[in-house]
Amino acid sequence: MRYMLLIYGEEVQQDEGPSGNEPAGEAPEISPPWMEYTGWLLREGIHTAGERLATSSSATTVRVRDGNRLITDGPYAETKEVLGGYYIIECDNLDEALEAAARCPAAFGGSIEVRPIIGMPVPAPAG
Amino acid sequence: MTSAERAAEKPAAERPAPERPAAERPAPGPSADTNAAIERAYRDAYGAVLATLIRFLGGDFDAAEEALADAFATALETWPRDGIPANPAAWLTTTGRNRALDRIRRDRRQAEKLVLLERELAGTEVTTMQLGTEGGLEDDRLRLIFTCCHPALPLDARVALTLRTLGGLTTPEIARAFLVPEATLAQRLVRAKRKIRQAAIPYRVPLGDQLPERLDGVLATLYLVFNEGYLASAGEAAVRHDLCTEAIRLAALVADLMPDRPETHGLLALLLLQDSRREARVGADGSIALLEEQDRTRWDRVEITRGFETLDRGFAAAAKLSHASVGRYLLQASIAAEHARTIDGSETDWRAIATLYEALARIDPSPIVELNRAVAIAQADGPAAGLGLLDELAAGGELAGYRLLPAARADLLRRLGRLPEAAAEYQHALGLSDNDAERRFLQRRLAETRR
Repeated sequence: MRYMLLIYGEEVQQDEGPSGNEPAGEAPEISPPWMEYTGWLLREGIHTAGERLATSSSATTVRVRDGNRLITDGPYAETKEVLGGYYIIECDNLDEALEAAARCPAAFGGSIEVRPIIGMPVPAPAG
Repeated sequence: MTSAERAAEKPAAERPAPERPAAERPAPGPSADTNAAIERAYRDAYGAVLATLIRFLGGDFDAAEEALADAFATALETWPRDGIPANPAAWLTTTGRNRALDRIRRDRRQAEKLVLLERELAGTEVTTMQLGTEGGLEDDRLRLIFTCCHPALPLDARVALTLRTLGGLTTPEIARAFLVPEATLAQRLVRAKRKIRQAAIPYRVPLGDQLPERLDGVLATLYLVFNEGYLASAGEAAVRHDLCTEAIRLAALVADLMPDRPETHGLLALLLLQDSRREARVGADGSIALLEEQDRTRWDRVEITRGFETLDRGFAAAAKLSHASVGRYLLQASIAAEHARTIDGSETDWRAIATLYEALARIDPSPIVELNRAVAIAQADGPAAGLGLLDELAAGGELAGYRLLPAARADLLRRLGRLPEAAAEYQHALGLSDNDAERRFLQRRLAETRR
């Protein structure tokens, strides 16, 4: 059973934060608690994927309405807590996933939404 | 409605029924004996058999409910012909399991699951031993209650699910207990079961440090199960003895499992002390006898003694914990104990009871607690004092539609000699109650105000 941990938290200001001002293509520094957490997920053998997202000020939202493409600046919803990254973990059940989510550094102060992944069938390549 | 009809009807009430052969109209009609046996099996074994089927089916509530409904439908066909099995619960479990396997076999998408299940179950019969009072079956029920009370489910759904699965109550019965429309409740159950399935909420007793935090929901649920039995809001029998017994049994199990948690003993003591009044609570004519009218010699002294012992264990456990650990159940049990302490109702210390309700209101404020505090104050300081508090409550509007508020106001108005107003309130309460015993009581009182 795969679960996505959606990591929500208050955003660090752009000029204070590590992300945003780095040269393109270079991953910014990651703080020790996050390194430790990712390491723990790997050691437990439940880590499947995980990425950080750049700040929501870098987000662009696209909608298509009546055949027209509408492009707006910013995330889909403006809220105090924004999506900052995710992990995908492989667990037997919700209790294990919650246990893992509760160890995430962002759980202290922010919040982790735990969602089961139901997958998406991929069409066979044509030809 | 017979239990067999209820059994056949249950799943249909919750989702559009697929094909339901046999269950619809059993022909030939079962004899009265068989009917009674099926009804008894339904009452006694529904929750336990369902709990075991859910485990067999890897936590699939819907499939288990379907299998159990199938088993009851099969019972309707075969019991009149073959006789009533020696152990109906074992029979229903085996039959339900076989019906579930039939269904899975028919469903190609579940081919993998079938291989696993068949390997595990090949040739095994559910024996009487497995279904005894100890061991497997108890574990299944405990597992089921912790799953139903998982914090990932909304509180109202946890309670509904426990009543529906462990208590085997119908959706309309639960809807009345919650004062919500039936459709709302049905939807709540469907969503809860879907979430259990989609999010893979495990079917097990929580491990180690997760256990305490799961406890509150479990206790609240058991208390509501008890109340549904004790104050059944609809139907002929005012007291659904089996539900009370079931709640007490599960509460005792939880208290055994977590003896360090004061509230487990608090709840058990509360249930025992309330249940001790069960016999005295219903008058000869079937109407509810109020506490002050009850023949206290009919109170169950064994349960009272057990209740006091349990209460002591609760306070002893609380004394060992550093934080404020006297919770709502220990307080409510203390209130029940004040009543149980004396065989002469006029000796009851209503001031102590009002103080306990005050403490209760501090940790768990609710209009129902206020209603009870008002009644205690009316006993201690006279009906006028209580009536003032009830008027405030009525003005607040939170208890609109709750039958015990007009019933309590009616009682105080009657004692104050304001009979026409009392009559109006009895009428109001009658309009909100569909419990036969309670209605008889209200009608008797209404007649008195018109003398």
